[in-house]
Amino acid sequence: MVTKDFLLTILSEVKDPEVPVLSILDLGILRDVNFEKDEWSIVITPTYSGCPAMHTIEAEIHATLKKYQVDTYSISTVLSPAWTTDWITEEGKQKLEAYGIAPPVDEVDKRVLFSTPTVVPCPLCKSELTKMISQFGSTACKAHYQCLTCKEPFDYFKCLR
Amino acid sequence: MEESTYTFLLRLGDDSLILGQRLSEWCGHGPILEEDIAMTNIALDLIGQATNIYTYAAGLTPDFNDADALAFLRFEHQYLNAILVEQPNGNFADTLVRQFFFDAFRVPLFEHLQDSKDTSLAAIAEKSLKESRYHLKHSSEWVIRLGDGTELSHERAQLAVFDLWRYTQELFHMDTAEQKLLAQDIAPNLENLRGIWLETVETVMEKATLKLPTNQGFFGAGRLGRHSEHMGYILAQMQYMQRAYPGMEW
Ligand SMILES: [Zn+2]
Repeated sequence: MVTKDFLLTILSEVKDPEVPVLSILDLGILRDVNFEKDEWSIVITPTYSGCPAMHTIEAEIHATLKKYQVDTYSISTVLSPAWTTDWITEEGKQKLEAYGIAPPVDEVDKRVLFSTPTVVPCPLCKSELTKMISQFGSTACKAHYQCLTCKEPFDYFKCLR
Repeated sequence: MEESTYTFLLRLGDDSLILGQRLSEWCGHGPILEEDIAMTNIALDLIGQATNIYTYAAGLTPDFNDADALAFLRFEHQYLNAILVEQPNGNFADTLVRQFFFDAFRVPLFEHLQDSKDTSLAAIAEKSLKESRYHLKHSSEWVIRLGDGTELSHERAQLAVFDLWRYTQELFHMDTAEQKLLAQDIAPNLENLRGIWLETVETVMEKATLKLPTNQGFFGAGRLGRHSEHMGYILAQMQYMQRAYPGMEW
């Protein structure tokens, strides 16, 4: 019999194609799994409005459920409450750092223009002497940084609130 | 009521789509790699916002089935974006000043819309606001860097401000749809946003050592579907595939 725990376990096999160490549970993209009326309702939310990975993620969910022969379900998308980086689990943040992407750190409020860039420690050598190269990195959710100690460039999963 | 909401959604969504399309023209042509990536990322956010807005709007009209139909299958006079966003990319300063004027408007607009009585619109605004704040930080920092930069970058940024200022007036116009939505607490009074916008603009202009024109600009009619000569060319490029191969996907 299909249970919620079983679904959560198999859905943790679905990874973010742009950060393949994170599952949709780690990222907080999977909002809800519930049995309603006569089918499982799977609710997801996008990280950024234009995140191109959402299509792939939805296709992956379909493929995974098919693999485990779950066929009575529907997938829907919600926008509110809007996803923020606070939805990433602690485990997810550790996985990010181990993968070489600096996890989001507390940043000053975006309402303040001209704030100094946040200190983002290097995920490789842990040095705090790093500099922001660009607020927009390889994907919408990342900024581009460089470590001034070990000189390595790295991605920073920027704080969204 | 639904008709006013539909009109307002098109104005909001078309601003996002057309500016997103404009910005994506920079793809592969940015002055430096980081800015090429930044502009295409912002384009992606804007087109994503347009998708959310059109998805909601398509449910309110029998004329268009989905977001794609609204994006690709309308005629020029059916697009209700402000004339500002259809202006050509010009040089890097032109693009960034256009973006800055726009971002400084969108941030307070979404801040108000996230409290809208229309919960679907509020959800879209709540989501979009987080992205628009990043856009505003990016564009305002660049306007300052260019204005307070070299002689040439200052001159180009100043010309861009003089050139694009005239199109900003339209952003705050309260048409019938906006009036009706204001009365129902669905949309804010755009005229009141002008003060907030101007405060941001003046702060950044001062840091950038740039001057604002003293005239008010003119009242553009993009919100009514009457566009500048540039619009047709944008649509010709954007709609080509769907017009030539209806329903095609990739
Ligand atoms: Zn390092």
